[in-house]
Amino acid sequence: MVKVLKSMVEWIGSQVMSITPALGRFTLYAISNLQWFFRPPLRWHLFVEQMVFMGNKSLFIVILTSSFSGAVFAYQIYLGFTAFSVDSFVGPIVAIAVTKELAPVFTGLVVAGRCGAAMAAQIGSMKVTEQIDALEVMGVNSVQYLGVPRVFATVTTMPMLAGVFMLVANIGSWLVGVKLLGIDEAIYFAKLSDFMDLHMVLEGLIKAAVFGYLIAIIGTYQGFSVKGGAEGVGRGTNMAVVWGMVIVLIMDFFLTALLAKIL
Amino acid sequence: MKYAIEFNNLTKRFGDHTVLDNLDFKIHEGKITTILGFSGAGKSTVLKHILGIYHPTEGQVKVLGEDMETMNERQIREFRTNFGMVFQYAALFDSMTNFENVAFPMKEFTKKTPKEIEENVIRLMKQVGLDEFAYHKLPSEISGGMRKRVGLARALALQPKVMLYDEPTTGLDPVTTHMVDDLITSTHRHNAHLPMTSVIISHDIAATLRISDYVAFLERGRVVVHAPVEEFRKSDHPVIRKFIELST
Repeated sequence: MVKVLKSMVEWIGSQVMSITPALGRFTLYAISNLQWFFRPPLRWHLFVEQMVFMGNKSLFIVILTSSFSGAVFAYQIYLGFTAFSVDSFVGPIVAIAVTKELAPVFTGLVVAGRCGAAMAAQIGSMKVTEQIDALEVMGVNSVQYLGVPRVFATVTTMPMLAGVFMLVANIGSWLVGVKLLGIDEAIYFAKLSDFMDLHMVLEGLIKAAVFGYLIAIIGTYQGFSVKGGAEGVGRGTNMAVVWGMVIVLIMDFFLTALLAKIL
Repeated sequence: MKYAIEFNNLTKRFGDHTVLDNLDFKIHEGKITTILGFSGAGKSTVLKHILGIYHPTEGQVKVLGEDMETMNERQIREFRTNFGMVFQYAALFDSMTNFENVAFPMKEFTKKTPKEIEENVIRLMKQVGLDEFAYHKLPSEISGGMRKRVGLARALALQPKVMLYDEPTTGLDPVTTHMVDDLITSTHRHNAHLPMTSVIISHDIAATLRISDYVAFLERGRVVVHAPVEEFRKSDHPVIRKFIELST
């Protein structure tokens, strides 16, 4: 018994010992990224480049997933609600769920998979081919040049993508609810305006911005932390996607609780 | 004789492991000095101290009369514009064309107009023997030798006082090796007015004897010999004799 307890304590200790320095390095990186954001020069062209890159990478998938998410969600709600003759509530139920939860979370998952991975791969391959060393030797701070524009662009682009998700998912819901399943259009919109308000949209957009920050800070950190060659880049990319997605899902709970009190 | 770089009793330890052990020598201004040694002798660590990336555990490194340990981060970054560095595999930015790579330091650190930058890039490209067809290609679309030329042009963009070459001929065929050697000497001569000091990190003995003015031989973090190249060639130090014999 004592032996088992001892090995358990040792295991916990070794896990803490391995996680703590990594967490410390990550925190220092996040602080450094924030500090360099406020220092000149501001490279607007890099920020715009990253926004365009993110839009190109994610917009089509966001539109695709949002349209079908809205449509299938409306269908399922209709099937359940029609038994109780409350199918007129399909519109607001879908709209609330999409606006407050599905849009920021699904957009976060798409962006983590597409852009978080790309950030880690780009910066990681620059690290292993000494391009980051080249920047530093020239006197250019690599965090400011590579990290800050990506983080800033993701924080600003994520709410836009989430906004697109909200709009398209609601169009999908309207198409299925009104055009396919025959819910009265006037009632659909009347219920929608009864139950929806701007705070819900704001909650979704704030969540999207926070998720964007976390995805980008994890993606860029994984890129800067790459060690070794191609294998290291692959490992960093994988970690960026896994941690990006996990953190979106975990933080969603805490943000929901926090924003419910604030908004 | 003026010195561009001074290592004053420099010691560098990583944990219990001593990489540089009381290094004490000076690199002459305006000359080509090669730091030679076996793998793991501490050559790259010396380079990183020159650049201010590593901090001495003990002792001091002075570059162009300045000790970077006394500078803040912003001052170090500004000071680094005095350096030009040619990396082993060129380290060109693969998302930019060769032209943009050479223009990059000028865009970042000078107030030159786009027209002036273009003129300077073309001048530098010509200086390192690059044809016009390579200007707007990506680094991945040109040969290793040409990438070295672009890397050299980029390093020269801010007219550096200290040029650093990290294993410039490693992995190259004999013809390209000669081409890179010639490029280093011609670049050095072309910028003699600055005056430019060139420091080469290498384990290529043939290239070292061909192009260097001075050679510093490093073994286990210590300088075994630091002498003019002719003197180095005649050295009867057993480690150097062994190094020369094994290399030839």
